[in-house]
Amino acid sequence: MEMLNNESILNRIQENYGTEIVASEENFGILTIELKAEKLHEIISWLKRDEVLDCSFLTLLGGVQYPDDKGREFAVVYHLHSWRNNYRLRLKVFVPTENPSVKSIVDIYNGANWMERETYDFFGIIFEGHPDLRRILNMDSMDYFPMRKEYVLEDATREDKDDRFFGR
Amino acid sequence: MSEINENNVAFKSKETIDGNLATINFGPTHPATHGIFQNILKVDGEKIVSSEQTVGYIHRAFEKLAERRPFNQITPLTDRLNYCSSPINNMGWHMTVEKLIQAEIPKRAQYMRVIIMELARIADHLICNSVIGVDTGALTSFFYPFSEREKIYEMYEEICGARLTTNIGRIGGFERDFSPVFHEKLKSFLKTFPKAFEEFNSMLERNRIFMDRTKGAGPISAERALNYSFVGPNLRAAGVDYDVRVMQPYSSYEDFDFIIPVGVNGDTYDRFMVRQEEIRQSIRIIEQAYKNLPEGSYKADIPEFYLPPKEEVYNNMEALIYHFKIVMGETDVPVGEVYHSVEGGNGELGYYLISDGGRSPYRLQFRRPCFIYYQAYPEMITGMTLSDAVLTLSSMNVIAGELDA
Repeated sequence: MEMLNNESILNRIQENYGTEIVASEENFGILTIELKAEKLHEIISWLKRDEVLDCSFLTLLGGVQYPDDKGREFAVVYHLHSWRNNYRLRLKVFVPTENPSVKSIVDIYNGANWMERETYDFFGIIFEGHPDLRRILNMDSMDYFPMRKEYVLEDATREDKDDRFFGR
Repeated sequence: MSEINENNVAFKSKETIDGNLATINFGPTHPATHGIFQNILKVDGEKIVSSEQTVGYIHRAFEKLAERRPFNQITPLTDRLNYCSSPINNMGWHMTVEKLIQAEIPKRAQYMRVIIMELARIADHLICNSVIGVDTGALTSFFYPFSEREKIYEMYEEICGARLTTNIGRIGGFERDFSPVFHEKLKSFLKTFPKAFEEFNSMLERNRIFMDRTKGAGPISAERALNYSFVGPNLRAAGVDYDVRVMQPYSSYEDFDFIIPVGVNGDTYDRFMVRQEEIRQSIRIIEQAYKNLPEGSYKADIPEFYLPPKEEVYNNMEALIYHFKIVMGETDVPVGEVYHSVEGGNGELGYYLISDGGRSPYRLQFRRPCFIYYQAYPEMITGMTLSDAVLTLSSMNVIAGELDA
C-alpha cells in the first residue's frame, strides 16, 4: 500500500465529502480540517470504516471558545489517529453560542463518552444523542460553564495581573 | 446453577429470592481505591450487577489555570497529573513547547531525558504492581520494591531537588548537567536493581495464589479496549502493541533497542506481566542511553526562552536583557496549534496547545489516559466479584490526579 501523506488524505476526504469541508491547513505536521457541523457524525463514522484512511482510534475530544468570532464561538476539536497508517488527523467544527450543539459520536467510539461529558461540563456544548450527558468533574449543582472565557481566572479588581504581562 | 437446583434456595441468586440487590459504596475514601473515586456498586451476593462511577473529587481546574500562566509555570501543574511518574509529564510538556517554538534540543539533553523518563516509568510500574500484590493480600511485595523506588526518588532529588512533584528540567533541556553523585547513584542502581527486581518478581509472577486471584479478573478484549481509547500497558495487556515511543518517536527513542511486551487476555495478570516486562525494557533503555550518553550541552541554545545563569545576569548585559524579557513575558511565541504526546506511565499522555502568540496558552488540553480508560471500568467488573473489582481498579493504575486534572 502506498504511504499516505497529508495531501493524499485530504484528497481522499475531498473526493467523498468535498462539500462539507470549510477549510483545511497543516499545523505542525497534523492535517487540520474544518467541517460543517451537520455531517460531522457521518464523516467520522466513514473515516473509521474507510479502508484507506482507517482512523481506528479517537485520541482526544475537546472544546475551545473564541468569544469574538460571531456565529462560531465554540469549536469542538477531534483528534483521530490511524494506527495502521500512523498519521494523526484533527477535525474541527464550529457552533454558535445560541445553539452550541453537535451530534454525539459515542456510538462510533465509546471512549468519547466521558470526553463529551467533560466538554459539556466545561463549555456547555450539547452533544445530541449522548446517552448520559451530565456534568462529570464539577458538581452537579454548578450553574455555569467554567472554561468559558467570560469567567476570568483572576479577581477582576486586581491590577497587578493584566494582559500585558501575558503578551496580549 | 439455578436451573439445576430449581428448589434449592442456596443456589439461587439473591435477586430471584427477594428481588433486592444490595448497594455498596466503594469509595470515595477507601483504602482499596488508592485514590479518591466513588463507585456505587449493585451487588447480587458477591457478584457485581452494575456500577456507577463518580469522579472529580480532586479536580483542580488545571486547564483553566494554564490559560493564565506562562509556559514555564505550567510545568508544576503537569507534576500533579500522574504523580507517580511526574518527570514524564514534565518532559512531555517541555517537548510540546519546544515543538511550538521549534527549538533544537542537543542529543545529550535528549538522552538525559530518556534516562529520567525511563526511571520514572520504572517507579510508576513498581508502585502499580506492588499494589496489585497488596490487593491480593501480599503485603510483603509492597515493601520490597519501595527501597528501589526510594533510590529513583533520590536520583530525582539529585537533579532537581524534589522527589514526588518534581518540576524537573526546563523548556530547552535541564538546568544543570548530571552531577557526579547522580552518576554514582545511577551506576549503582543499574547494578543492583535488576537483582532486586527479580526478587520482587519471583514473589508474584509464578505464585499459585497470586495467579489464581489475578487470572481472568477484570478482562477486556482488544476490540473493546480500542473502542474505549485505551492506551499504555492496559491496552498492550489486551494484545495491541501500540506505544508512542515506537509509533511517533520523540527525544531520540528511535536510537534504542527495546521490545514492546503484549499480553493476550487483557486481565489483571496480563496487565501485571506487561508492566513487569516494561520495567526490564526500561532498564535496557537506560543502560543503552547511559552507555552512549553523547558529549555536548545539556540545554538548547534558545536564550529567548531559557533563563540565563544567575551570576551572568548580574555581570553580563545580554544575559540581563534575556532574563528581563523572559520574566516580563516579552518574548514572541509563534501562533499555532500543537499536539504532542509521550508514552506516560499509563500510556499516551498528550498535550494539545493552542497558542495565540501570548505568553500563556490560549487553550491547553491534556490527554489524560486515566480519565479516558477509567470509563470502561463498569463494563470490566460486571459479573465479577467485589474483590476482583478492587484488583481491577489497582491493576488499571487509575491515578486520581490524572483522572481529575
